[in-house]
Amino acid sequence: MKLDLILRVTTKLLLPFILMFALYVQFHGDFGPGGGFQAGAMAAAMVFLYSITYGLPSAQKAVPPAIAQAMIPIGVLIFAGVGVYAMFNGGQFLNYSVIAEDAPHAQALGILLVESGVLITVAGTFVSIFYAFAGRGR
Amino acid sequence: MEFSKEIIANYNNWVTIFLMVSGLYIVVARGNMVKKLVGLSLFQTSVYLLYLSPGKILGGTPPIIAEGFTVYSNPLPHVLMLTAIVVGVATLSLGLALTVRINEEFGTIEEDEIFAKGDDQ
Amino acid sequence: MNAGIISNLPALQVVIPLLGALVCALLRRGSAAWFLTMIICLIMPVISITLLLTVLDSGPISYSMGGWAPPFGIEYKVDVFNAFILVLVSSIGAVVLPYARLSVASEVKAEDRPWFYAMFLLCLTGLLGITITGDAFNAFVFLEISSLSTYVLIAMGRDRRALLAAYQYLILGSIGATFYIIGVGIIYTLTGTLNFADLAARIPEIEQTRSILAAAAFIIVGISLKFALFPLHVWLPNAYAYAPSTVSAFLASTATKVALYLLIRFLFSIFGIEVVTDKLALTDILIILSLAAMLGASTVAIFQHDVKRLFAYSSVAQIGYITLGIALANQAGLTGSLVHIFNHAVMKGALFLAIGAVVYRIGSAEIDDFSGLGKKMPITMGCLLIGGLGLIGVPGTAGFISKWYLAVGAIDAGYLWLVFLLVLSSLLALIYVGRIVEVVWFRDPGPNLDGVREAPLSLLLPTVLMAAATIYFGIETSQSVGIAAQAVETLLGLAK
Repeated sequence: MKLDLILRVTTKLLLPFILMFALYVQFHGDFGPGGGFQAGAMAAAMVFLYSITYGLPSAQKAVPPAIAQAMIPIGVLIFAGVGVYAMFNGGQFLNYSVIAEDAPHAQALGILLVESGVLITVAGTFVSIFYAFAGRGR
Repeated sequence: MEFSKEIIANYNNWVTIFLMVSGLYIVVARGNMVKKLVGLSLFQTSVYLLYLSPGKILGGTPPIIAEGFTVYSNPLPHVLMLTAIVVGVATLSLGLALTVRINEEFGTIEEDEIFAKGDDQ
Repeated sequence: MNAGIISNLPALQVVIPLLGALVCALLRRGSAAWFLTMIICLIMPVISITLLLTVLDSGPISYSMGGWAPPFGIEYKVDVFNAFILVLVSSIGAVVLPYARLSVASEVKAEDRPWFYAMFLLCLTGLLGITITGDAFNAFVFLEISSLSTYVLIAMGRDRRALLAAYQYLILGSIGATFYIIGVGIIYTLTGTLNFADLAARIPEIEQTRSILAAAAFIIVGISLKFALFPLHVWLPNAYAYAPSTVSAFLASTATKVALYLLIRFLFSIFGIEVVTDKLALTDILIILSLAAMLGASTVAIFQHDVKRLFAYSSVAQIGYITLGIALANQAGLTGSLVHIFNHAVMKGALFLAIGAVVYRIGSAEIDDFSGLGKKMPITMGCLLIGGLGLIGVPGTAGFISKWYLAVGAIDAGYLWLVFLLVLSSLLALIYVGRIVEVVWFRDPGPNLDGVREAPLSLLLPTVLMAAATIYFGIETSQSVGIAAQAVETLLGLAK
């Protein structure tokens, strides 16, 4: 497949900005609309775009399917891990208030950790779904 | 007059019901597996409206405590529907994955063609 | 530390299988995933039995997820009724799993096995979650977790028709779940709460509105799709027939039972029996549908030539017994329902495990291939016979106890004719079980059975255990009936 120069260069230019925006949405989720789900979808969109212009094999070289698949449980493990950690610190499951010194600080930390777990899982899931469907011959 | 006013005032519910019924109809009436999933997706999406439209309070702000604002929209429906959207995505992608596999095994995704091949072979 | 673990048991009941499922998804080898799943499935009954004993001892337990107090946060609420179901589901999981290793190895592709166990644990998470949660929307989420993993488990069957069965179940199951959240959405709009206890307190205020009836109708139809009430049962026979044997046994014993739990919870704890019987006339409809299931599905079962399918239709019929007890809505009837939820799970577990052992040895569940199998696999076939006798309701088996209570409930409600129909349905069960018994014990082994031996020990033990339980709970009823009766008292007490 011969690649169009403009497409190639534009894609490469766009990719870091997409990831940047995803991370912005992720961290801005504390103060406004946003959060792990949206950020994860955007991060996955970056892989989709790369795959559409450069072809599935090169996308799979950049983000191997095994890693994308492993991201799904790892993200949820982070989420559940925060919950279990709270349990060991004497609170209920997912009670963030007990995971750091003072409650407001702990709530912020808890939500950040949980949202990062969501980011990883959602990105992994979407990339895996994309690979699963795109990788099938007709 | 009163009656038509009531209908117009509840337009969000009419839209919801229209989407709901058309989605369900597509699921029942179509034999193509992908179209069925489209209908199912429409049906599930209509539920988001059912939850979200009563959650909006006219003149309400986003539910973040701030000086001078006392009327807030209800955030809970949005949280619930975010979960429902995730469930919808999972259902749709699993359904499509099954359809792909069925197409590989049977060579068609039309239900009547599959049943015509005889499911007792 | 120890007190911390005890107080967190309701959360651990759901979190441990969830964590296990995630780790299984990371594992690359089926045997490692099986080992992990086995450990988790052995921990689960310990937790649920501890919960049940605590509840019996000191009353309901309430657990606030994330430290948010109910009704604002998600509450996990354990009372006698759902502790009973938790014990049932987790014990069935523990009994089925030793069986899974060989059975799954012979029916599921090697690269799929870690995923199989991940899905199995997710399904267990979902089922336990529906049972333990005290929040209507949380119940929906767990319902979908268990359903989605069930679709995958069914699609892993060897036969390509398993894919069709999974697709059909996916469509109907999603419609059912969507009906359920439409109903919950209407209630939420009316009352502004999702907590079961809070809903129960607020529903009397709005009992007069028509919307609450619409909500009740949506919820009841939605849940009925999930437990395959008679006209909504089309997904069930195919799903059970083509799923891997372990999955058939597990689902037949647990999935429909948990949906029935949710129905009973909504009818008796939340809506209250007045709304259900006076305003919706649900009692009459449910009695008619239950009878249709008991007689219709049993008749269809007689003409099946796939044994798995036969018992799947029989499941639809047995669910009819359970809904009959719910419709009677008196103490004996409802006790009969709860006991039958338990007893049917045990009997069907024994039957599907026995069939799975046959599939492991001869690779087929066609009734013609069973001829003379009684001489080759006497223990497995003995278990099949005991389970079958339980379905008929022979005295001395578990099935007799629940049918007895149902009959008493019918007489209490003044429907003497129902008792005759109960007996008629048992006669139909006698025909389809008798047909299998005739083929298995009174025919000579065919050439396809050359060299077939008794099933290996790891398949045999769970099967024998379930069959023994069928007899045990038919004779010693103080646990099953005693706890069910106590649960019924709280349910009908709440309904007052």
